[in-house]
Amino acid sequence: MNPDNFETIHIDTDLLILGGGMAACGAAFEAAHWAKKNNLKVTLVDKAAMERSGAVAMGLSAINMYLGLKDGKNSVEDYVNYVKTDLMGIARDDLVANIARHVDSSVHLFEKWGLPMWKDDEGNYINEGRWQIMIHGESYKNIVSEAAKNALRDMGENGQYFERIFITEPVMEGDRCVGAAGFSVRENKFYIFKAKAVLDVMGGAVHIFRPRSVGEGLGRSWYPPFNSGASAYFTLKAGAEMTCQEVRFVPVRFKDSYGPVGAWFLLFKAKATNAKGEDYMVTRASELEKWAPYGTAKPTPANLRNYLMLLELEEGNGPIYMQTGEAIKELVANIPDEKEAKRKLKMLESEAWEDFLNMTISQALNWAAHNIMPEKQPSEISACEPYFISSHSGASGAWISGPEDLAPSDHFWGYDNMTTIKGLFAAGDASGASSHKFSSGSFTEGRIAAKAALAFCVDNPETASIDEAKVQEIKEKILQPLATFDEHKDYTNDEDVNPNYIKPKMFMFRLQKIMDEYAGGASVGFKTSKALLDKGLEFLQYMKEDAEKLAASDLNELMRCWENIHRMWQAESHLRTILFREETRWPGYYFRTDFPEMKEDWKCFANCMWDPGTGEWEMIRREVIEESKK
Amino acid sequence: MPSFIINEKCDGCKALDRTACEYICPNDLIVLDKVKNKAYNRAVDMCWECYSCVKICPTQAIEVRGYADFMPLGAVVQPLRSTDTIMWAVRFRNKMIKRFKFPIRTIPEGTIEPDAGFETGTDDLKSPLLRTEPDSLGTELFKK
Repeated sequence: MNPDNFETIHIDTDLLILGGGMAACGAAFEAAHWAKKNNLKVTLVDKAAMERSGAVAMGLSAINMYLGLKDGKNSVEDYVNYVKTDLMGIARDDLVANIARHVDSSVHLFEKWGLPMWKDDEGNYINEGRWQIMIHGESYKNIVSEAAKNALRDMGENGQYFERIFITEPVMEGDRCVGAAGFSVRENKFYIFKAKAVLDVMGGAVHIFRPRSVGEGLGRSWYPPFNSGASAYFTLKAGAEMTCQEVRFVPVRFKDSYGPVGAWFLLFKAKATNAKGEDYMVTRASELEKWAPYGTAKPTPANLRNYLMLLELEEGNGPIYMQTGEAIKELVANIPDEKEAKRKLKMLESEAWEDFLNMTISQALNWAAHNIMPEKQPSEISACEPYFISSHSGASGAWISGPEDLAPSDHFWGYDNMTTIKGLFAAGDASGASSHKFSSGSFTEGRIAAKAALAFCVDNPETASIDEAKVQEIKEKILQPLATFDEHKDYTNDEDVNPNYIKPKMFMFRLQKIMDEYAGGASVGFKTSKALLDKGLEFLQYMKEDAEKLAASDLNELMRCWENIHRMWQAESHLRTILFREETRWPGYYFRTDFPEMKEDWKCFANCMWDPGTGEWEMIRREVIEESKK
Repeated sequence: MPSFIINEKCDGCKALDRTACEYICPNDLIVLDKVKNKAYNRAVDMCWECYSCVKICPTQAIEVRGYADFMPLGAVVQPLRSTDTIMWAVRFRNKMIKRFKFPIRTIPEGTIEPDAGFETGTDDLKSPLLRTEPDSLGTELFKK
C-alpha cells in the first residue's frame, strides 16, 4: 500500500470533538445548542460507529453516578467526600463537585430519551447502592448516540460527524492546539482537522499490561481493548501537564470473563470469601487501620478491598469466591409464603442474568459453559490486569482547569476543563483527578467541557494557518508503517518475521511483558520497586526506538501500529510517575516494595509533562487543596 | 472463535447499502470477503465478545463461541433484539436452557428530541448552567 496514493482531506471547524463515547456524545449534545446560538461549527470524529463505540458499546446494567439532588437524597459535598476517600485523599474537589452538581440532569435526559429505568411502585429510581441506579441498559449507547447525532443534525450544515477515522496526532501552532490529524480505517484518506478548540474525549487505555488470558481471551479485557490510550497520547504530545498517571485501576471481577460484581455486592449483599469461607473484610479488618483515615472510612476504598484479597492469595488461601448462593438464600429466607419465595427467587435469578447480559455477555456464556447456577454455588472472582480509566476508580488524565465558581485560584485558568495547553480541552477518561464519573458523569463532563470550549472559540476567533509542509510532514509520519512494510516485505518469506521491521501485535506483546514484569502487573502480584522500574524504563527506551520500525500491511494494521504507540506513551508516563511517588498509597492497585507505607508528605498530586521542544520529561508535585484552605 | 459467522446464513448483506456487522464492530474486526460475499472476524483474539455484530445481523448468521482459553465447549448465549425488547436464550453445556426478556427502549428509535421538553434557563455562554438546566435538574444548580 503506497502512502503516496492517500488523498489529503482538510476539514475546517470551530469545535473539534475527538471521540464518540459517552463524553463525546455529551459534548455533541451540549455543543450543538450553544454553537447554534453563536453561529459556530461543531465536528465530531469517532474511530468506530457511534451507535456502539466506546466503553458503553455493549450496554450497562446500572448508572453508577446519580445523586438524587432534587429529592435531597445526597449532597454534592457527600459525593466529593466519597470520591476523595476512595482515592486515598488524592482528588480535585472542584472537578468532582462540578460533575456532581450537573450529573442528575444528564440522567433525567437519558430517561426522556427512552432509556428504561428500574422503578419502584411510587415511580422512583431503584438504587443498587447509594450512588448507583438500575437500568435496562442494553441499548444505552444506541440511545445516547442517537440524541447526540440528532443534536448535530439540528445544526444543519454546521454540525457534522465522521466515523471510522482514527485520530493519531495533535496539530499545534506555537503553544496552541489548533487541530488533529488522522486517517480513515476504511479508505486511503488522510485527514487534517483544523479548529479553534479541540476536545479530547478518546477514552482510557487497555492492553498496556499483559492480560490474564493471552490466547483468544486476549480481547476479554474488562474495559474494552479498543480504548488504547489515544487520549493520553494526544495531550502528552501536545505538551499538556498530566496528573495521577500512577493511579491505575485494578478491578476485581468474576474470574476470566470479568463480569460485573456491583449488583452482587450492593444489590444482593453478597460476601466475598477465601476458600475456607472466611470473609477477609472481617478477618483482616485490622490491616485497614494501617491505611487510616481512608482505610477506616466506610465504604472501604476499592483498592484496599483488592489489597485484602491479594493478601489472602499470597498466603495461599485462594480461590476467592463470591458467595452468590448464600446471598440469594438470605434474600428469600424471610419470605414465609412458599409461592412468594419462589416468585422472588425467579425474579432474583432474572436480575442476576440480566446484569451480565446487559454489560458482560461473555460472563453469562462463562456461567453457561461451566453449568453454574448462581443461586446454588459460588463463583470465583479475581483481580484483572491494570487499566487506565479515570472515569471509574482510577484517576489518570490531563490536568485541567476547574470551574471559576468552585475552583481555588491555583486550579482555575480561564475555561472549565481546558488543559494547560491553550485551546485543548479534556473530559471523561481523558481528564484526571476526578474519578468515579462513570457513564453519566463522563457524559456530563463532556457537556461541561464542550460549553467552555465554545466560550473559548468566541473569545479566540482567529483561525490558525497550518502550512502545507507541516501537513506533509505529519502525513508522512502517520503513514510511515505502510511505507516501511512496502519497502521490506519481499525480503523474507513470512511477512510477520522480518529483521527490518516489527508488526504491531508483537510490539504490543513486548510492551505488555515489560509492564507486567517490571511495573507491577498481575503476574507479579502488582508489586514493583525502583530497581525494577529503572529496568523497565531502560527496556522502554529500546521500544521507543523500535517504534520507528513499526510496519503495517493494511489500514487496519496501521491503526494497530498507532494504537500501540499510544499505549507506549501511556505506559511511559505511568512508569515514570510510579517511580516519582516514593510511597505506597493504593496498595491494591500497586505496591512499591521499597516504600511499603503511605506517607503524609506524599499527600499530593504527582504530575508529569513531556516537553515537545526538548523531548524531556518533567515531574511536578501539586498540592491537594483542601476545602478549608481555599 | 469468539464471534463467528455461519456460512450458510450470511449473505453479505447484499440487499442492503452496507454490511451490518462491518459497520458496527467497535474494534473494526469484521470484514466482508468480497469474493465469497461472506463476512468474517479477522482477529478473534481482539474480540471483546460485545455481541454488537450478533445483535445487528439481519439474518442471525453470527454467534459467539466462548474464548477457548478458559471456556468449556457447548454453551450458547444468543439474543434476538427487536425494536423495544431483547430476548436471550442461554443454553448450558449440560443442555439446560434459560430464556430471558428485557426492555431496551421506551420510545421508538429515531424519535429522540435532544431537549426532551426541558427549557434552558440562560443564553449566557459563560454561565455554569448547561443546556436544559436548571429545568432538567429539577432543582437549582449547586453553588458555593
